[in-house]
Amino acid sequence: MDITELTVHELLEKLKTKELTIKEINEAYAKRIEEKEKDVDAFVTVLTEQALEQAKQVPENSGELAGIPIGIKDNICTKGIKTTCSSKMLENFVSPYDATVMEKINSKGMITLGKLNMDEFAMGGSTEYSYFKKTKNPWDLNRVPGGSSGGSAAAVAANMVPWALGTDTGGSIRQPASLCGVVGLKPTYGLVSRYGVVAFASSLDQVGTFTKDVEDCAILLNVIAGKDEKDSTSVDVGEKDYTKALQKDVKGLKIGVPKEFYGEGINPEVKKSLEQAIEKYKEMGAEIEEFSLDIANYSLATYYIIACAEASSNLGRFDGIRYTYRAPEAKNLKEIYKKSRSEGFGAEVKRRIILGTYVLSSGYYDAYYKKAQQVRTLVMNEFNKAFEKYDVIITPTSPTVAFKIGEKSSNPMEMYLADICTVSVNIAGLPGISIPCGVDSQGLPIGMQIIGNKFEEEKILKVAYAFEQETNFREKYKPQFKK
Amino acid sequence: MSREDYEIVMGLEVHAELSTKTKIFCSCPTAFGAAPNTQVCPICMAMPGTLPVLNEKVVEYAVKAGLATNCEIERNSKNDRKNYFYPDLPKAYQISQYDKPLCKKGYIEIETSQGKKKIGITRIHIEEDAGKLNHDELGGGSLVDLNRAGVPLIEIVSEPDFRTVEEVDTYLKKLKSILEYIEVSDCKMQEGSYRADVNVSIRKKGETKLGTRTEMKNMNSFRSITRALEYEINRQIDVVENGGIIEQETLRWDEVSGKTFSMRDKEDAQDYRYFPEPDLVAINLSEEYIERIKKDLPEMPESRKQRYLEEYKLSEKDAGILTSSKYLSDLFEKASEVCGNYKAVNNWIISDISRILNETEMDPIEIPFDANQLGKLVILIDKGTISSSIGKKVLEELFENPRDPEDIIKEKGWIQISDEGEIKQLVLKIIEANPQSVADFKAGKDRAIGFLVGQAMKETKGKANPQMLNKMFAEELKK
Repeated sequence: MDITELTVHELLEKLKTKELTIKEINEAYAKRIEEKEKDVDAFVTVLTEQALEQAKQVPENSGELAGIPIGIKDNICTKGIKTTCSSKMLENFVSPYDATVMEKINSKGMITLGKLNMDEFAMGGSTEYSYFKKTKNPWDLNRVPGGSSGGSAAAVAANMVPWALGTDTGGSIRQPASLCGVVGLKPTYGLVSRYGVVAFASSLDQVGTFTKDVEDCAILLNVIAGKDEKDSTSVDVGEKDYTKALQKDVKGLKIGVPKEFYGEGINPEVKKSLEQAIEKYKEMGAEIEEFSLDIANYSLATYYIIACAEASSNLGRFDGIRYTYRAPEAKNLKEIYKKSRSEGFGAEVKRRIILGTYVLSSGYYDAYYKKAQQVRTLVMNEFNKAFEKYDVIITPTSPTVAFKIGEKSSNPMEMYLADICTVSVNIAGLPGISIPCGVDSQGLPIGMQIIGNKFEEEKILKVAYAFEQETNFREKYKPQFKK
Repeated sequence: MSREDYEIVMGLEVHAELSTKTKIFCSCPTAFGAAPNTQVCPICMAMPGTLPVLNEKVVEYAVKAGLATNCEIERNSKNDRKNYFYPDLPKAYQISQYDKPLCKKGYIEIETSQGKKKIGITRIHIEEDAGKLNHDELGGGSLVDLNRAGVPLIEIVSEPDFRTVEEVDTYLKKLKSILEYIEVSDCKMQEGSYRADVNVSIRKKGETKLGTRTEMKNMNSFRSITRALEYEINRQIDVVENGGIIEQETLRWDEVSGKTFSMRDKEDAQDYRYFPEPDLVAINLSEEYIERIKKDLPEMPESRKQRYLEEYKLSEKDAGILTSSKYLSDLFEKASEVCGNYKAVNNWIISDISRILNETEMDPIEIPFDANQLGKLVILIDKGTISSSIGKKVLEELFENPRDPEDIIKEKGWIQISDEGEIKQLVLKIIEANPQSVADFKAGKDRAIGFLVGQAMKETKGKANPQMLNKMFAEELKK
């Protein structure tokens, strides 16, 4: 038995029957990281040594998830452990406090195996914009894992962690989950606390999960969801057990298929795979209807204006004065600002700061930022209308399968288009899950995005679960670490 | 042309620190004077990932201030980010309010030598204070102290309704007293919890277009505001009279040289890139909420003054001085209650206490003794235990080192001599030593008694009972 192949709910079963111990589980993962990390480069900080120490202290059966390891994206603050956002700017930053999601993880007795690589400050769709390293896709090491949470997706796909936390501002969980063939959930904006998550775009950021399957996704969501007094934008929806949503029955369920997501720019193999998936749902008794969500055509532009505007302000605090990189040769205040920020941020981050600064500038605010907010309202309205008719909406997660390293990194516009299917969900604050629905002719995974109405995570989990149980993707396809 | 040919137009931006116990977006204490960076947490230090949570008291205090200044209260307000870089601003943006301030369109009525006038309040909004930069004498660098970062402020913006420096001065004092009355700010200018920036422009009389304005900062007392304005008005008139033009700029008042200096060059014209704060939710206020605050507003200076005129029959002037500060007014009421002699308490406050405050540039709130001690002082005089001239010494002692007046006079041996035998001996001694005055008196000069009483007081270092002296000198001299 390869322990690292197991899902968390399988691990929990085996712990219960004493087939496995916490120590064995953590040792298996430490070994796996030792073997695979050199090929995949998913970690910024590996914590296996501490993890094995911690694993010794966990009393067996002290709580359901006690001793279960997890990987954390490196923009989630961990007390006493570096939180770099994969940036030179925060290369040596050690957070003095834990993010709320980390408090929740720790209170369950879970063990952090490491901090995972990402595009710098979560800006990017390939994890190539990390200051430290380029993470590789476990299915094909010449390809990107997607991004920005590429480290999290790749670590789960490569069985280096049983599950992981990521963040999703415009698709940063769902797109890499799709490209790496794992399950990625971006919850409704406000369901999970953002406190302690280094902000990229405050009105879009949301913490979510990477898991091997949908059941694990529900288990991990149970841990991290909930109103937080420290995050004014978090919402109280009461105590929920998301595992109760895991039912196979989708009979009579209404699924909306927006045709704008199947048109130009979508790879034919991706499109075909989605069509097959939709056919599968039909077979299972769901009602399928095509409809038009044409406002989605404006989502990408809207997203980049809002996200960059907020980022330009959020990243102001990295100014060379306190915990950040400071240019050693800066001679006065202006130079500290200019040189530290010029040297500390990568090109993509600077590009977005400049864009965001521009759209907020006096004289341009109305034409860009204000207009974008108006379009945002329209996007929300269109989705509201759609959810009057449909229980869920299904689209591809990414227009393509994993692309080659270097293929898009020099063309920002092409890279931005990788988010085309996912950004609308963030703009409207909706929950979205990506699950694998097939592979292309090269054996690379294809992801399906299931979008729900606000705080209807149960519904999308159910729809995802039903498909997963029917198709058994994990048993059919496995990452090959192709060199 | 002369100064009389110009009209001065001024507007004010007042920042008042709110006296909440905790900061506006975290639960750090707001107390003044703590060691640097000891009242901070990850939130007010702007550590990555932290989020603000709005202190509800701040909203309540701002609404109170709005209602007390006749403002309309915005039912659907919000916070905005004001972006700029400075080391005392750790987030690189200040959370403030831009286009939906909590309060707007109010006014304050002031009374100057020219009569009554309404000064318009454009808006009152809430925002956070920045930290402080301390120059390091040893290293030559600057050190950042973030204790003050996140302390709640309200900014009260007036209309450009001021035409004289006296109006500005009166308004600032009136506004300060209102904020003290409603207990939202302690308005200590020395500690920077009440500060004013003044926009000044001039135009020829009859002109309807406003002149170019300058903004003056860094004035930390009423006196320096008056001085700075006088200086700036004269400077502008000089510039215009000499054919120059006024440049729009921010000026820093330098108290020592008594001059203003330009603070920023024009190239640095700031674009604050305001946008709605996405980390906070909208501030929606219900009618009930606003009504409740309105109902709980305390007695305001005007009605208190009216009460003093009717209830205590105080003069207009005295009632005005007493009610100009909530602290003075409370001192008056409480001390009167202690001693039952409100006239005497009024006199002490109007004359001696006000004089000392003036001389020492002390704010009423900084008076070190309490109403009980002042009341006791009045009782001691009323009972004849001490004379009023000793009373003045006791008062000075109260300012120096406040304690029970009874203890003060015991310690200092200031108890009044009211023993008839002792007074008689003293009177006889003084008469014997001053034959000339006795002769004067006999010749019809009543004033001579005053001189003799004075001599007797001098002899006893002010401790002799003056009423008894008067009476006994008269008796003895008439013999």
